[in-house]
Amino acid sequence: MAKLFAHIRFVVAAVALAFVVASITPAPVFAQGGPTAATSEQQLLQQLKGGVISGQVSIPDKKAGNLIHPGGQDWRNFQTVTVKWIGGIAIVGMLALLVIFYLWRGTIKIEGGRSGRTMVRFTGFERFVHWLTAATFVVLGITGLNITFGRALVLPWMGPSAFSTWSEWGKYAHNYLSFAFTIGVVLMFLMWIGQNFPTSADVEWMKKGGGMGKNAEHAPAWKFNAGQKLLYWFVILGGAAMIITGYLLMFPFYYGMGVGDMEMAQVFHGIIGLLFIALIIAHIYLGTLGMEGAFESMGEGTVDVNWAKEHHPLWYEEEQSHGAGGARTQPAE
Amino acid sequence: MARMKFLCDADRCIECNACVTACKNENEVPWGINRRRVVTLNDGKPGERSISMACMHCTDAPCAAVCPTNVFYTTADAVVLHNKDLCIGCGYCFYACPFGAPQYPQVSNFGSRGKMDKCTFCAGGPEADGSKEEYEKYGANRLADGKLPLCAEMCSTKALLAGDGEVIAQIYKERVKTRGYGSGAWGWLTAYRESIAS
Repeated sequence: MAKLFAHIRFVVAAVALAFVVASITPAPVFAQGGPTAATSEQQLLQQLKGGVISGQVSIPDKKAGNLIHPGGQDWRNFQTVTVKWIGGIAIVGMLALLVIFYLWRGTIKIEGGRSGRTMVRFTGFERFVHWLTAATFVVLGITGLNITFGRALVLPWMGPSAFSTWSEWGKYAHNYLSFAFTIGVVLMFLMWIGQNFPTSADVEWMKKGGGMGKNAEHAPAWKFNAGQKLLYWFVILGGAAMIITGYLLMFPFYYGMGVGDMEMAQVFHGIIGLLFIALIIAHIYLGTLGMEGAFESMGEGTVDVNWAKEHHPLWYEEEQSHGAGGARTQPAE
Repeated sequence: MARMKFLCDADRCIECNACVTACKNENEVPWGINRRRVVTLNDGKPGERSISMACMHCTDAPCAAVCPTNVFYTTADAVVLHNKDLCIGCGYCFYACPFGAPQYPQVSNFGSRGKMDKCTFCAGGPEADGSKEEYEKYGANRLADGKLPLCAEMCSTKALLAGDGEVIAQIYKERVKTRGYGSGAWGWLTAYRESIAS
C-alpha cells in the first residue's frame, strides 16, 4: 500500500513539474496548437516582421534551419540598385569634380620655380609601405569594382567564359592580396600616426581652403597638411573597416555569424570600399597631375626645397633647424 | 508550357527525410551538400510542422539578380538552373536566396567556396540532356525523360508535390477542402508572390 502511495506521489509530482515546465516554455510560433491550426507563411512573415522563419534540422549545417529568410530581398535590392548608385555617384562624381577642378585651376605650380636643391621627404621604408598599400589597393579596388559593376560593364564586352575566368582570378587576387594590404595599413598606422594628430595649423589650413584656390595664399602645414591628415585617418579607419568586414566575408559564417550578419558585412564592405576608391582617385590626382613636384616625394623620396617651403612651410623649418642648416638637403643630381 | 513548382503540404509531412535521401542518391550530391532539407517549426511543441525545402525556382529569382557573373538561367518550364562553369563561388546567391538553397563544397581551408550547387528540379544543367558531363556536374535530368523530381515521387505521405504549378495547387486546394484545414503552400508567397487560399 505504501508502495502504491509512493507511486501516486511520484506521478502527481511529475505532472506538476510538467505543468510548471510547460508554463515557462516560450510561446510557440503558431498561435494555436493541434492538427487544425491554420498558420500560413503570410501570417508568420507578418508576425515576425521580416525576421527569419526558422526551425530544427537534423543535418549538421545548422544554418539550414532557416526556412524562409525575407531579408535576402532587401540585400538583393541593395546589391542590384543601392550600391550601384552609391558607387556610380561617388566615383563618376569624383572624376567630374576633378576634371572641373583641373580645368579651373590647372596643375598647381611651384610658385618660386624649382630651386635645384632637394630635401628628403619620405625614407625608403616609408615609400615601401606606401607603395605596398597602394599597389594592393589598386588590385583590390579593380577586382572589387568588377564584382559590383563587371556584369553590366565588362561581361557584354568580354563574353561569359572569359569574364568568368577573369572574375575568378580576380576573386583569388582580392582574397590573397588582402593580407599584404592589411600589413600595409598596419605599418602606415604605426609609421605616420605621430605626424597626423590635429594641430592649430590644420585649422588655419582649412580656413584657407588648403591654399588650393587660384591666387590663394599658401596654407601652413607640418609634414602633413589637414587634407592629408583626413586622408590618413580615412585610410586607417576605413581600411580597418574594410579589413574586418573583408575577413568576415572571406571566412563566411565563422564566429556564429548568420546570413543576416554576412549581408551586413557585405553592405559595409561595399559602401566603404566605393567611397574609399573615390577618395583615392582624388589622392592620385593631387599626387600626380594636380601638383607640380608632388609625385617625386613618393617616387624618389625627395622634394624640391621651394616646394617644401610653399606647401609644408612648418615642416621645412623644422627640418632645417634640426638638420643643422640643411644637412638633410642634397644638391640636385 | 507548364510552370514547374514545388509544394510542401506541412500538414502531411512527417519529417522522415526520405526526400533528402532520395535527392542525395539520385543526384550523387557530394558530402556536406544538401539540396533539400526538412525544417521542423515548433519542434516538440503544440502546432509542430515540418516542411521540406529546396530551391523553389522563384519567379524573378534573387540569386540570378545578384550573381556577379550571371550564371543563372530559367528554362521553358520556369526551372531556375545555373552554369557551374561560370560560377566563381562568391556566395552572393546564398545571401540573396530566401530559402537557403545554394550550397558550396568547401574546396580548401579558410571557408573558401567551390562552385555553387543547388536543386535543379531534377533537370540537369546546360550540357546535353542525359550526358555524362551533365550528370557529373548537376546530377540527374529526370525532366528530360518525362519524370518529375525524385524527392516528390518518393514522398510516402505525398506531402511534397512537384509539377505544374496549377495542377499541384488544385490538388492542394481539394485536400484542404476535404480535411477542413491547411497551413498553406510554404514559400509560395516569397517565391511566386502568390498564396493558395486555405
